[in-house]
Amino acid sequence: MLEQYIGAGIMLLVATAIACGMVLLTSILGPKHQFPDKMEPFECGESQLVSPRQRFSVKFYLVAVLFVLFDIEAVFFFPWAILFQRLGVFGLVEMFLFILILGVGLAYVWIRGGLDWE
Amino acid sequence: MELLIFYPIGTLCVFLALGVVLNKSPIGSAMCLIGMMLGLAAVFAIQHAHFIAILQVIIYAGAIMVLFMFVIMLLNLKGDDTVWKTREGNTLLTGLGAVLVVGILYKMTEITGGGEFDSPTPIQETFGTTVKVGTTLFTDFVLPFEVASILLLAAMIGAVVLAKSKMDD
Amino acid sequence: MIDDIVHFFEPYIYLIVGGVKAIIIAVALTAVVPGLVWLERRLMGRFQVRLGPNRVGPFGLGQPISDSIKLLFKESIIQSSADKFLFHLAPAIVVFTAILSFAVIPITQPFEIFGQTIGPWIANIDSGILFIFAISGMGIYGKVIAGLSSNSKYSLMGGLRSSAQMISYELTLGIAALSIIVMTGSLNLVDMVKSQEAVPFILVQPLAFLLFFIAGVAETNRAPFDLPEAEQELVAGFHTEYTGMKFAMFFMGEYINMVTMSSLVTLLFLGGWNTYILPQNALTGFLAFAFKVLFLLCFFIWLRSTFPRIRYDRLMTFGWKFLLPIAIFNLLLTSALKVL
Repeated sequence: MLEQYIGAGIMLLVATAIACGMVLLTSILGPKHQFPDKMEPFECGESQLVSPRQRFSVKFYLVAVLFVLFDIEAVFFFPWAILFQRLGVFGLVEMFLFILILGVGLAYVWIRGGLDWE
Repeated sequence: MELLIFYPIGTLCVFLALGVVLNKSPIGSAMCLIGMMLGLAAVFAIQHAHFIAILQVIIYAGAIMVLFMFVIMLLNLKGDDTVWKTREGNTLLTGLGAVLVVGILYKMTEITGGGEFDSPTPIQETFGTTVKVGTTLFTDFVLPFEVASILLLAAMIGAVVLAKSKMDD
Repeated sequence: MIDDIVHFFEPYIYLIVGGVKAIIIAVALTAVVPGLVWLERRLMGRFQVRLGPNRVGPFGLGQPISDSIKLLFKESIIQSSADKFLFHLAPAIVVFTAILSFAVIPITQPFEIFGQTIGPWIANIDSGILFIFAISGMGIYGKVIAGLSSNSKYSLMGGLRSSAQMISYELTLGIAALSIIVMTGSLNLVDMVKSQEAVPFILVQPLAFLLFFIAGVAETNRAPFDLPEAEQELVAGFHTEYTGMKFAMFFMGEYINMVTMSSLVTLLFLGGWNTYILPQNALTGFLAFAFKVLFLLCFFIWLRSTFPRIRYDRLMTFGWKFLLPIAIFNLLLTSALKVL
């Protein structure tokens, strides 16, 4: 059982080597001419007028929370989908109930305008 | 063989966990936390809990930490408040914390010291596969599974109510 | 003598084979990126009735090579207010997750060589498809960290948008794949291909295919869903501040993800290495697989030159209000039909 991860482990090492190698190479190889104006953040040639540190819409936070909840829901589906044929009608009813309850949640979020973007 | 993988990963996890607490920037702390969760996933995989290992990556490292990152981005702490200032001072709290840690460690050694840990009961190889976990979940634990959906529903409604009241302001 | 050497390496043979396979696939993936860039530029040229790159080498084939060498020797600028460590970490994460997620993709059927049965995959994990979802989920952090560490408003906004888009479409991607898992009863990609020996699932599950493909395009941040990179409003999104090879690494990640996504669509819906008409062996299997992936990649490019970019609010509502309910409905319908 554990053997199946050996390949993934090797790939992990290879991928790390490639990713780190590229970052290292480009840091070493390129020329280095630094002066203050070049080191400014991009602002179409101007120096920065407004600080990038501003607060963003709470919308994004709501999307992230909904994602966590639906992701947990989706994760319950996976073992069910495998066992589906063995569980038969019982499994189907189980999952219909589960989705129904979450469907109510989705409908509520929808009606309250949680999915509207503005 | 399994111990050979476990010790480096375990050590790494402990260091990353320390990093979460000791790091000065919230982003650094969050990164350490992600790393630690991935390490934990590897530990689960070694213990033959394959499904839990994948869930650990998808749910904890993938979904919940994205939420953390979003909060960090949204709050967008300015300049010097990126360094958390809560750690200085308050000797009383530090002392209490130290006593607590020592106590927990003592209790842990007491519990583990009494058991037979040289020859743990061998578990079946298929113990933690998706099929096994699913079978248990959808036959013996149907009720908790359905109740979980109500829990998720409550969380969903809560999130919308909170975020909506913020948006309407 | 040789017997002794063979005998000595016997217990480690799987390590050696695994290492060789991992290196071959990783190098092939990195090498395929310049080729894809060339293909995209040539095809885009044709779509827009112009020539595209044709000066360097035959058919302009030297262009991507000279481009990558040029990028490698460009200065890597780190603007002074950026967080140095995280700034370097972000492109590394993007490339790392892109390469790692390819580890479970089987590129043809198992074959025998020197009496050893070799699986044409690096790892044949039981829950292979979950592995891909998990690892590609980690790829989001590359973009988030790029946005956070650059300390530039365009980067931050791009990173935020990009990650919000990716998490929204990840749900549809997972649930669309679930209707295939219901059909096969396995999370293993090899099993999925085996159950398509008679007929590919695109004919059985056309709706799931459409959902999966659309979500896949959004997931790889390709046009018409390339909002995070919307040049006109966000300059270049989360990689605004990156230069040289680090800038190219984000593109590498994007193109490798495209290849992975096309491979996944091929395995789930187009029958993977099944040739259907040609005789079936490892070589024709690989050719069939490669042909299908190449076709899908060209489809990605075709999409880019056909559709205008979608507005961000439309993109989010499209994902949540349209694709997600349809995906759940499709899953319920599939399972109900399967049981009753």
